[in-house]
Formats: sequence, structure tokens, C-alpha cells
Amino acid sequence: MSSKPLQRLDRVVIRFAGDSGDGMQLTGDRFTSETAALGNDLSTLPNFPAEIRAPAGTLPGVSSFQLHFADHDVLTPGDRPDVLVAMNPAALKANLADLPRGGTIIVNTDEFSKRNLAKVGYAASPVEDGSLESWHVHEIALTSITVEALADFGLTRKEKERAKNMLALGLLSWMYSRPLDGTEAFLRAKFAKAPEILEANLTALRAGYNYGETTEDFAVRFEVAPAAMPAGTYRTITGNAAMALGLVSAAHRAGLPLVLGSYPITPASDILHTLSGMKRYGVTTLQAEDEIAAVGMALGASFGGALGVTSTSGPGLALKAETIGLGVSTELPLVILDIQRGGPSTGLPTKTEQSDLLQAIHGRNGESPVAVIAPQSPSDCFDIAMEAVRIATTYRTPVIVLSDGYLANGSEPWRVPSVEDLPHLDVEFATGPNDTDADGNPVFHPFLRDPETLARPWAVPGTAGLEHRIGGIEKADVTGHISYDPDNHDKMTRLRQGKIDRIADTIPDLEVDDPSGEARVLVLGWGSTYGPIAAAARLVRATGLPVAQAHLRHLSPFPANLGEVLRAYDRVIVPEMNLGQLALLLRGQFLVDVQSHTAVRGLPFPAADLAEVLHKAIAQTLEGVQ
Amino acid sequence: MTTGTDLGMPSPGGTHGVPRLPEDAPKQTKKDFTSDQEVRWCPGCGDYAVLAAVQGFLPDLGLKRENIVFVSGIGCSSRFPYYLDTYGMHSIHGRAPAIATGLATSREDLSVWVITGDGDALSIGGNHLIHAMRRNVNLTILLFNNKIYGLTKGQYSPTSEAGSVTKSTPVGSVDHPFNPVSLALGAEASFVARTMDSDRAHLTTVLQAAAEHRGTALVEIYQNCPIFNDGAFQLLKDRDEKEARVLTLAHGEPVRAGNDHVVVRAPDGSLAVVPEADAEPGSVLVHDATDEDPSVAFALSRLDDGSMTHIPMGVFRSVTRPTYDDQVRAQVDAARSTGGGTADDEDLAALLRGGDTWTVA
Repeated sequence: MSSKPLQRLDRVVIRFAGDSGDGMQLTGDRFTSETAALGNDLSTLPNFPAEIRAPAGTLPGVSSFQLHFADHDVLTPGDRPDVLVAMNPAALKANLADLPRGGTIIVNTDEFSKRNLAKVGYAASPVEDGSLESWHVHEIALTSITVEALADFGLTRKEKERAKNMLALGLLSWMYSRPLDGTEAFLRAKFAKAPEILEANLTALRAGYNYGETTEDFAVRFEVAPAAMPAGTYRTITGNAAMALGLVSAAHRAGLPLVLGSYPITPASDILHTLSGMKRYGVTTLQAEDEIAAVGMALGASFGGALGVTSTSGPGLALKAETIGLGVSTELPLVILDIQRGGPSTGLPTKTEQSDLLQAIHGRNGESPVAVIAPQSPSDCFDIAMEAVRIATTYRTPVIVLSDGYLANGSEPWRVPSVEDLPHLDVEFATGPNDTDADGNPVFHPFLRDPETLARPWAVPGTAGLEHRIGGIEKADVTGHISYDPDNHDKMTRLRQGKIDRIADTIPDLEVDDPSGEARVLVLGWGSTYGPIAAAARLVRATGLPVAQAHLRHLSPFPANLGEVLRAYDRVIVPEMNLGQLALLLRGQFLVDVQSHTAVRGLPFPAADLAEVLHKAIAQTLEGVQ
Repeated sequence: MTTGTDLGMPSPGGTHGVPRLPEDAPKQTKKDFTSDQEVRWCPGCGDYAVLAAVQGFLPDLGLKRENIVFVSGIGCSSRFPYYLDTYGMHSIHGRAPAIATGLATSREDLSVWVITGDGDALSIGGNHLIHAMRRNVNLTILLFNNKIYGLTKGQYSPTSEAGSVTKSTPVGSVDHPFNPVSLALGAEASFVARTMDSDRAHLTTVLQAAAEHRGTALVEIYQNCPIFNDGAFQLLKDRDEKEARVLTLAHGEPVRAGNDHVVVRAPDGSLAVVPEADAEPGSVLVHDATDEDPSVAFALSRLDDGSMTHIPMGVFRSVTRPTYDDQVRAQVDAARSTGGGTADDEDLAALLRGGDTWTVA
């Protein structure tokens, strides 16, 4: 038991920041696990450079991990941290502007050498020149304390210094009353084959914890009570992990083998890594020679009756376009995961953006409609993956899933569903003739459609009597033979579009959240902006103003009631991390003058910024300004 | 079954795992493999001869028709699957090897064939071709080489000789051509052969060997385009010329050029065609398709200097090495057997829970 007074907080935002090699992502991950185990709700935002190791101590090399945890439900990783852990001057400089005055800074003074200060343009140490007096600063020699704590270890100085992130984790764990046993178990597993490194890390972790307890620098420690959450078994999960689990679950429920064709690309690669370890669940992962081959392998597998999936990010989606078009033309199930990042071209590989929406919906030659859906939180990636498989197998169509870097790497608690509660995904292959020829003989017609879904039969090789040829050339309705007939092409083009349109029959209506029932302004988003938008709506409502919120998970086709929802409000605000791609679609399809609010900073919207936009819109509506 | 060339070691054949017709089933005929679609190549196209040879040869495999799949890219030859009454996919330009890799890897019970051309396989699809070969996916790839773009009406291809005057090169092409056999050997394809559209017997023998090979079999087929590159291989067909120019490769036999020339191997490893009378005793190259080292096969492929003076025909290389698809499936099987069998609902539940959970009452 601690001897120091305990102060209760309802929420805390901590940002760990350091050099790319300082282990900040690991530190953040471990603090997240400790926090989850305590039952707080939480949301995280890892933020790191594309360079694996940028020059040490420089601004481009700064890597950070932000965690928001609370005794109530958490919607975002937090706009601004309450606590900044800065492992070097670069980390301080890169992050200080985000820290509100009065916030807490923990600096590793060992790294504030003349040389390191000069690297980032500090003439004098900000710790000593009074420039941090508006903040509460804890100056701690994290590196030397770590080295001292490990004095008895037969390790090099460098190896000892490397454990300083564990010392910082131990200290923060003490400050916020987090248990250490989860991290200890983690370290034991991670360093099972390196006992001395393991002991060094454990020692540093405990030394950090004890430092908080003994030093007079910390007068109080804090606690954040568990959040009230629905009963169940929980774990923390990132978007990419949830996506992988969703695919495996969908394949399991559908009784299909899962074949992932993929080419490594940030921030999607973790899906390939995760699925490559799930072979026992009937998962085959093929690391292809390029993005085009990756989707080709997936489509080939789908032709053979497997669940073909490919994972990528924006540049890869561009390369896959022609093969996705082949999927549209051959009408085979195919799931394409686009974990969006900043564009165009290579853009910002490790930063988030929502700028592939139009590419997903329109980015192919010809009239080439596909289904497009987007998850709204890390854990929703699980449900969206299952939905993608449902649509792909039911309608025999490519489905593009638009996640993004924020969802992919961000984590939150997830109530683990029970297998029996997962959707049933019944898939039926064609087994025999489905038509008769002019003479009344039974025949198989590969493009004879289901009257309800307009889906064609999925007739897989190996099925006797159903031998047929498909391809990218236009084919005759019903028979599937090559056809250049003008009327047939017009008909087939409309049938392919009609099939996608009919998906709307099986998706839920768009729900609007308006607790007051009096809102005249609707804020409508899609994908990963759900958390910031919901948090902004909460801020607005807390000031007594009504605002309605709705969020699209289905983008092609839209929910059937979308037009009705849009027309029910005086004003519709559409925040997007692009330059207004959804807004363009809404205006084009519904002739509603939606107001676009956009930012492409590679980071999620701060909720406070969105709240301001909403406040302004509400005020203008009340004043009758159009 | 063995590979096309007897390696003297046990190895499953190329169609191992593919369902066969019962022994007592009526013998399949060419008609069984002929679809109801009208063939639409130009009159005199070499593709007709290859189609006839394939339709005539497929029944000999004794496989169930529904377990055979032809995947093609784009180009004249890529219409091939429409004319065979098997499963087929006429895909997109250059991508057939990738699509076929996904299919073959996920379905052990299929015999998967790729139909491609010199532009499809070596230009737009070059990357997929070399990677399929290095991986050694169990595919039989028929590469129709007519040294021209036919479907787009006569531009030079990656196998056209430098200096070729075509629609897009009015003063001659400056591209150095690929030799497809050299390329395949460089990618360490486990089976590499060359044959010709007009030689039905040789074509059939090579196809047979390719089909029986487990792994990627690359068969280059010299194919005449009567419209845009007529007579490209005439020297190899001409009664008076072919004897000296075509070097027929047979495993275990000396490599000869006509009646009076042989291929000899110099001490530095290089190959040359010399009059038999001048050859040192013991220096005549005896063809060994099973040589693990592709160097000699590569040197044989380089006897063709572009002038068609010496063109080796037949199986350059046929070696056994584990296939990509067999190994991928073996890894899945191993994960299942060490993990306690195929995953059931309980296993999935455990996977979803992961290692670190907490309970809210």
C-alpha cells in the first residue's frame, strides 16, 4: 500500500514521447494493457514516423503513444494530453504545443545535453530557462536512475540504458495506481530466452514504481475508477487485429477456407502478420510479388471456392484496380481491405486519412460498381469484416473495406462476442443444372441470376457438369458466352449496378442520435471519425444545444433512408479527413446542400475543433442564416 | 508417376491429387474437351494447331474434366480457354500466373494450366511469370511465342528481334529481346521446354512431360502469326533448313545439329556447334535435363543467337524441387495436426479471447 494520498480522477490523457528507438510504442501498449485490466474504458493513438530509425534525437525521429482512459465511456484518444512523458528534448519540442498550460511534464533530464538541445534548436535547456513554468514539471534523470538500478547486472551501459522505458512505465504505473503483474508476465514471455535482459527489465520496472513511492517529487498518486461497461469478457484490440479476427470468424461461420493474398504495406501489414499465424483456422496467407498479384491470388482462390481476401493501403488499392474490375465482371466474391493513409502517392505512410473513398467507389475503368463499407472504431473492424464477407458471398461481388491508420493501430476495449452470437453466413455452391435449353434439356447457365439478390451462381471447379468459362470480356446475360451485342451490354451494365443497389435491402436504416429530439443540425460522418464526432456532439449537448449525429458504415450502397435523413435537417455538417469526398457523393445523389468540414493533418479530428464547427452551425441556424 | 524425365527418385506427378476417371469409364475423346464456342482465330493461325494438340492430348491424362482449369491473360492465344470444355478463366493482361497461383494453392485437386503469349507473359506480366517459376507453383504454363503483338495489330513484342520494323517501330525496334527459355532458366523454373505449333508429335510429347511434372512447367511454343509476323519460324519448318538448325534435345542423348554437327563443351564450360569430325572424343554434350545446376541448360538456350542458326527444341530442364502450393498446404495441415485438429467453435472462441482478458460482471 502506498503511503501517499490518493486522488481520484475521472479521466486522464497521457502521451509517452521519445526517440523511435526508445520503446515508446511498447511502453504505451503495456500501460494500455494495465489500464484495461483495471476496467477503465480507453482509446489509444500511436503516432510514429515512417522511418524505422530516423537520426537519434531529432524531431523527425519522435515517436509517441497517447492513451485516454476514464471511469466512463471513452470516444477518442483525447485531443490534448494531461501528462507528457518526454524522453528527450526532441520529444518535448514536438509535443509541448499540444499540452495545455497547467499540465504535467515528466522529462528525462539525462537526455537534455547541450548536443541534444542543439539538435532541435534549443539555445538553452527549456527545463532550466523558465520557459516551462506554466506547466508542472518533474525533472527526473531516468537514464542514470535506470543504470544505477542495474549496477549489479553484467550488461553493457547501452543495454542498461535501454531499460529506461520500463523505468518510466513503472513510475507512471505507480502514479496512476496500475498493477504491474500483467507487464511482468509479458516481459517473462518476451525475454524467456534472455534471462538477464528479463531481470534487468523487471528491475527497472520495479525501480520506477518504487521511485514514485519514495521521491518527494510526487506528493500524490491518482486513481481512475473502472468504467461501467456491459457485462462480459473483455480484451483490448487494435483495428488491424479485429479485422483479422473478423475475417477468420466469417470464414469459420461460412465454412470456407480463407486465402489472403497480400503485399506488405504500411499500415496494413499487421493483418498479414496476424493471419499468417492462424493457419490452424483454415487460413492460407500468400505474400505476393506485388499488389496486383496479391489481389489476383485472392480472386483465383475465390474462383476455386475459397474466401479470397487482399489487404493493402491506398497506393496498393490503385494497383489492384484492374483486378477488382475483373472481380466485378466475373461476379466472384472478393474482399479488399484498404487501410487508408495520407496520400497522394507515397504520402504519409504512418499517418491517417480518409481520402480513398472516391477511389474505392469509382476508381476503376468502366461502370464498375462494388460494395464499400467502413468501420467506425477499432473493435468495429471485427463486425465490418464479417459484414464484408456477408455481402461478398451473398452478392458475389468485390467489397472494399475502408479502415485507416488511426483505427488500424489504435486500440480500445472489446467485449468478446460468443461464437454462437456471430452472424450465420450460409454459402451455397451451385451443384447442378439451373436451367433448360431450347430442347428442354437441363443445362447450367453461369450468369442466370437469383431473382432477389441478382447474384449469379458460385460454381466452383471440380463440380461435374458445370464446366464453364468466365472472364473480363462482356458476357451474354444468362449464358455467360462472349457477347458484343449493344443491348446486352446495356443490360449487363445495369444488372451489375442493380445488384449492388439491392444490397441496400439487407442493411439497416441509418440511425440518428438526437437525445433532445429538437436538433436542426445533423452531423454526418463515416469511418474512423465516429469517435471525435460523437465526442464533439457530447461537448455541444453539454452546453445545452441540440445536435443530431449519424454515422455511415455503408457507403456503397448507402442505407435506403439516407436521403430522408438528410432532408429532415436545416443543416448537415459532414466532417471528413479528406477534401469533401462524401460531401460530393451526397450532393450528387441527394441534391442536399451539405456543409463540408475537412482537415488532412494525418491525425484524427480534435473533438473540441469539431464542437466549435457544430456550435457555429447551430448558431447560424438559430439566427436563420443560410 | 514420375516427372517428365525419370529422375530415378520417387516424386508425385504433376496431377497427383487430381481426381481421375474410374478405370472402367469410357475413354474420353477430343470431343469431350471441345466447347460449343466457335473458334475465332485468323485462318492459318498457329493457335489452331496447338488447340487441336491440347484437345487431343487432354483425354490421355485420364483426369476428370471438371478438375481441369485453364487460366489465360489477354492476347490472341488467351482466348484458348473458351474453346475447351473445362473450367476456365480469361483474366486480364499479364496476371494469369498470379490468379492461377491462388487457385492452385487453395485447390490441390485441380490441374491448373496457364495460357499466355509473349506480350502477356514477358512484358506486362513478366513479374508474375518469374515469381511463379521461382516459387515452383504446380502450374503448366504454355507460352505462345509469335514474336509480335497480334491482338493490338502488329506492334513489336519483348521477343521481337532488335531492328524489327513494326507498326510502332517504323525505323526498327531498339529493344533487345528476351529469350523465354533463358529467362525461365534464370528464374530457376523446375521444368523448361520449347516446342513448335507445326510439329504435332513433338508438341504432344512435350505437353505430356510438362503435365506430368510437379511444379511450374514453362513450355515455350513457337507459334506462327500469319497476319502480322508470317513465317517468323519458317527456317525451322523448311524441309531443307530445319535439319541443321533444330537441335532436338533428348535426355541422356548426345546433342546433335543435323547429321554431321554436334554440340561440344569447351573446358571453360561454353558450348559450341562443331562438325562431328572435329569433335574431341568425349567432348560431345550429352543432354542431362535433370542437372540441378541450370548452367548447361542455360548455355544450350544461348546457342540461339537470334539468327535461328541453332535452336534447341525439347525439354531443357526437368528437376524435382518442392512446390510452393504443396508446402503452403503442408503448413496449414501441420498447424492443424499440432494444434489439435481443424479448429471448431471452441477453438475460435479461444482465439477471439486472446491472452489477456478481464470480466465485467
